[in-house]
Amino acid sequence: MGKKALEFGGEYLEKYGFSTPTDHYSYKAKKGLSKEIVEEISSIKGEPDWMRQSRLQALEIFFKKPLPAWTDTEALSSMNFDDIYYYLRASDKTEGNWEDVPADIKKTFDRLGIPEAEKKFLAGVTTQFDSEAVYHSIQESLTKKGVIFLDMDSGLKRYPDMVRRYFGTVIPSADNKFAALNTAVWSGGSFVYVPKGVKVDLPLQAYFRINARNAGQFERTLIIAEEGSDVHYIEGCTAPSFSSNSLHSAVVELIALPGSTIRYTTIQNWSKNVFNLVTKRAVAHEAATVRWIDANLGSRLTVKFPCVYLTGPKAHGEILSVAYAGAGQHQDTGGKIFHAAPETTSTITSKSVSKDGGRSTYRGLVKVFHGSTNVKSAVRCDALLLDPESRSDTYPTMEVNEKSASMAHEATVAKIGDEQLFYLMSRGMAQKEAMAMIVNGFMEPFIKIIPLEYAVEMNRLIEMEMEGAVG
Amino acid sequence: MPLLEIRDLWVKVENKEILRGLNLVVNAGESHALMGPNGSGKSTLAFVLAGHPKYTVTKGQIFLDGMDLLAIKPHERARLGVFLAFQYPVAIAGVTVSTLLRNALKAMGREEELKNFRRAVKERLADLKIDESFMSRSVNEGFSGGEKKRLEMLQLAVLKPRLAILDETDSGLDIDALKTVAADIDRYVKNSSVGVILITHYQRLLNFIRPYRIHILVEGRLAASGGWEIVERLEKEGYEPFAASGASVTR
Repeated sequence: MGKKALEFGGEYLEKYGFSTPTDHYSYKAKKGLSKEIVEEISSIKGEPDWMRQSRLQALEIFFKKPLPAWTDTEALSSMNFDDIYYYLRASDKTEGNWEDVPADIKKTFDRLGIPEAEKKFLAGVTTQFDSEAVYHSIQESLTKKGVIFLDMDSGLKRYPDMVRRYFGTVIPSADNKFAALNTAVWSGGSFVYVPKGVKVDLPLQAYFRINARNAGQFERTLIIAEEGSDVHYIEGCTAPSFSSNSLHSAVVELIALPGSTIRYTTIQNWSKNVFNLVTKRAVAHEAATVRWIDANLGSRLTVKFPCVYLTGPKAHGEILSVAYAGAGQHQDTGGKIFHAAPETTSTITSKSVSKDGGRSTYRGLVKVFHGSTNVKSAVRCDALLLDPESRSDTYPTMEVNEKSASMAHEATVAKIGDEQLFYLMSRGMAQKEAMAMIVNGFMEPFIKIIPLEYAVEMNRLIEMEMEGAVG
Repeated sequence: MPLLEIRDLWVKVENKEILRGLNLVVNAGESHALMGPNGSGKSTLAFVLAGHPKYTVTKGQIFLDGMDLLAIKPHERARLGVFLAFQYPVAIAGVTVSTLLRNALKAMGREEELKNFRRAVKERLADLKIDESFMSRSVNEGFSGGEKKRLEMLQLAVLKPRLAILDETDSGLDIDALKTVAADIDRYVKNSSVGVILITHYQRLLNFIRPYRIHILVEGRLAASGGWEIVERLEKEGYEPFAASGASVTR
């Protein structure tokens, strides 16, 4: 069945070894986590002492903090923290062989219309995607405007003071066990600085959507938007990305200074062996706007709740969280908004689709602090179940300590309707086509706001996932 | 060969026998009105013809151009030109009218028609007096009763089926809307060689469309078939006498 085309689980990795390239890494830390390994990472990178201290401190916190008890503990407890490499530096010799890439995966790439060079990267055949030329021309125009866009390691080297000023201020390492882990072993990620009043016209990363240096296991991203500036950052891609690393734990911090706008779009499609435990949080100062657009399609378990602290009057936060959970997957996602200033506004929209026994969980928190007058917030979560085996849970929380707040909450759970399917079939569409159309329609609020090339891929991806459907 | 031939059709839904020995022949270019009291099986026939999985045929045969229709899957029936205008069309969030029509044409292997899609649809919209903004609305989402029926008519006009089953396309409409829909149907029937089964509850629709034959369905079988005189008798006496004659056939 067509369903196989997107099953990129463990069997694939064992069978076609090329994507477990750990033997080819030029530097490979020992498995497991210790003070020595963290020291080693810091020393290889030649980091300033404060960062080394920050890593070591975070490691202590990581060891002390228990695993979260509220998420999918059964899945989490199956992960062995000692059996993971915490630092890998890729050499040039990590290439596999294109001939070894299974036919159904090649077919997936073809149907998504992925260019040749990107295919090879995605399949683990090459480790660097050649986007240097485009990258340079974009860098040039950004530099003219004073925009900094670097991988985090370079950012720390070249702008140590700025990094030190903001690093860990939005998400301190003690925030949660995985934020601590990331702080201890982070590598890669992006550092973005947008000067006052500068509007970055094109989404960062959209032009070279695959950039080896930005993709990693424990990436750390920091974006600072100065007063009145505007930036859109996109990470990930719709095509499945393979990872031999079963743990991915990123930290993303956004700082939106007064009157600025940051939009951060994520399209996550990790292979289905990956635990994706990510902390994303933004601070929005006066009249600033932060938008998280967060789509989770892959991974075995994702635990991620993008968050906005609205700390200045009239700040606005928006979270659109989209999840697809297929066989063996659990998407534990949602969003958090803290209204800590008057006249702040927010919306959280969550859309999840569960199929073949997949599980989606929405967790949301909207908190209005005392003194934050005239707050407005609207939460909406819609879940779509494609079969009786699949599951959806909703845990919305609202803590409102201010009488003038206007709060709205709406939640729906729909089973894909036999009548909807029949209606479309009576117009000539086969069952899987009808199902894809309904799911695409359900996802429309998300698809319409992502860049066109992502939207097209997203539509195709849904069609392919639906091919596994009955009929 | 008739376009549609139904022979001794028996149909169950949720273990209840609804159709009990129905016979009907529809030729291309003919319109047949099917009337009957609530629960007589009118919509059941519509759904069986379209292939709804909830309905089980326990006996009998249906032929479309001599082919065994019951052996054909619902979406393939649509591709062969069977069209059902639903009595209660469902809403599909995020799927626009335009997407629905385009995908339907594509599914029917009529990509050719997509080239002139805009122009063709524009004409159909004008015929039906529907605003063009209709095309970018989600299918039936937030539609009024009248708008839902207009969308069914628009699909009929664009998809140009060979056999159209219009299930109470007139119900829930006020008299003005009814007149326009009736005019739409009438124009469509006259300008094509489509075979039509017009299911209706009220004879008022038939004042605007004069069907070729009128059938009265009572308790799952045809109690009477004929011309305009049937409507006149129905108007005077109601379904009562037909029910009696229908019952006599049962025994």
